[in-house]
Amino acid sequence: MNRATRTLAFQGRLEGFPIAVVLAVLYGAFILSAPEVFSGYRIYMSFFQTVPPMLVAALGLTLVITAGEIDLSFPAVIALSGFVFTWVFRAIHSPVIGFLGAIAAGALVGYVNGFMVARLRVPSIMATLATQFFWYGVTVLLAGGLQINIEDVIATTTHALFVGRLFGVFPVQALWALGLTVFLWFILNRHRFGEAIMFIGDNAEVARVMGINVEATRIWLFTIHGAISAFAGLLLTLEINVFFPTQGQGMLLAAMAAVFIGGTSIAGGQGVLVGTLFGSYVIGSLEAGVVATGIGGYWVQLVEGLVMAASVILNVIMGDEGISALSRTARRWGWRWQEPAIGKPQDQDGA
Amino acid sequence: MAESSQARTSLRMIKIEKYFGSVCALKDINFEVGQNEIVGLIGDNGAGKSTLVKILTGVFPPTSGDLYIADQKVDARSYSVKKAHTLGIETVYQDKSLGEKQAMWRNFFIGRELTYPLGFLKVRAEKQIASDIMINTIGFRGKGIGVDSKASKLSGGERQGVAIGRAMHFEANLIILDEPTVALSLKEVRKVLNFVHKIKEAGKASIYISHNIADVYEISDRFLVIDRGEIVASIEKAKIGLKELDEFLLEYSHGLKDKVQP
Repeated sequence: MNRATRTLAFQGRLEGFPIAVVLAVLYGAFILSAPEVFSGYRIYMSFFQTVPPMLVAALGLTLVITAGEIDLSFPAVIALSGFVFTWVFRAIHSPVIGFLGAIAAGALVGYVNGFMVARLRVPSIMATLATQFFWYGVTVLLAGGLQINIEDVIATTTHALFVGRLFGVFPVQALWALGLTVFLWFILNRHRFGEAIMFIGDNAEVARVMGINVEATRIWLFTIHGAISAFAGLLLTLEINVFFPTQGQGMLLAAMAAVFIGGTSIAGGQGVLVGTLFGSYVIGSLEAGVVATGIGGYWVQLVEGLVMAASVILNVIMGDEGISALSRTARRWGWRWQEPAIGKPQDQDGA
Repeated sequence: MAESSQARTSLRMIKIEKYFGSVCALKDINFEVGQNEIVGLIGDNGAGKSTLVKILTGVFPPTSGDLYIADQKVDARSYSVKKAHTLGIETVYQDKSLGEKQAMWRNFFIGRELTYPLGFLKVRAEKQIASDIMINTIGFRGKGIGVDSKASKLSGGERQGVAIGRAMHFEANLIILDEPTVALSLKEVRKVLNFVHKIKEAGKASIYISHNIADVYEISDRFLVIDRGEIVASIEKAKIGLKELDEFLLEYSHGLKDKVQP
């Protein structure tokens, strides 16, 4: 095994490596085909501004999917939390109370989801589909169907803290999203709670007989995702200084796509938060990028679909064995590429 | 009943009953397991073996009756899987002992993680101990399987070995093996039986549940036969041959025998 192969093998085991490659290739292609847009820094600042709300929600969704569940209701939480914040801010001019109230509202929605899933044993796709409609309905009712402008929020410290511009150009929300990625990575991979999530998603019966409180963990998980989604809604509302009752509606499939192309499997049991981070930027950059290349707006969805399919296939082939699996698969297809990077025999029988 | 005058019992059940609604799953269960005794629990599908195991391991409580573990009475209300673990009862299930997609070191410590104050895992310590058990207790050597391997890389017999090794590491006094050899090849069954011999050698007790009479016969000191929620016989290994035991059970399953007083 030469040095280059060894390096490749190492990178193959790095979390989120396949989708990081996709992101790099994608940006490379954009830079080549639309250099006037993608060689400057502005486009990237614009991604750091628009991607974080979807990324934040997708991070929480990654944990939910790792536990073998799904949450379709987070777009409604993004709307509800935006409403709670703007309503409180208009009423008493306290962004801090508005902020906390919005997070609490999100956590409550999440708790209700968790209760239905864990205690009433409603499959999560059914429970959260229902709550998704319900909480959008509540939000529309409370808001009277109208958008609410809160331009004076720009002057607040809360605004500067969460969606301000570092050095006048860099959107701070990108740092919050990055920080949340790191924090949740430690919770999932280095904390007892994260381990419980992975075992529950892997096999809830195993988790139960090994002494994990499966129901309580599920309820906590949905509650946390509710709070995280509320945070996503706050980032969105603060950034655009306006609440509108349908906000978040485009994020459901985008966030799910980000999670899946990031390498998290719908089967549960393992979550790739770093992959979700890169995946969100892939999803968030595709439309602007494809339009900028000048091949025409009608191509956007087709290219999006291609990139997603390629990412998911890449993740499945590489699995957890990294580059070695990729080269092995390539050789099976008849490519003369290189020796398998990890030369360990697959002794399934253990004889 | 087994004579257990000199040794404390690792487990004693007195008049344990379990109802699911109005359905009686277990009726008047009385038995004990000695300190270093391997008891084979035999019974047909639906006889109540699994229900008994779940009560023993704290998955759900009995409807009535008393449970003694290491001669101490256990409060059925507060009994749980975690409590069973602290009292030294470990279970190895046929197919739900390990998380398939999880690394071995996680599988060793799931539910009993070594943690820092805020609940963050002591990964290095866990890996060190897991590696120790895998090499010394279970005997994995240089097969490309280590603490970072996923459980799905192991053969069926090896998985059960890991579960038994884990149980022994956590100082189990009583290891319950619930159909550990179902769906294993003969070679793998052999491995599992060797692990069970290690339990005996280590001075621990075990309840081995199976409907493969030959396996049960080889490793057990005594056989308990359960049928339709009742224990119908308790037979010392010294008093019965494999063939006789087999015939006894066959007659039983055809309903030819009345209840035998143990």
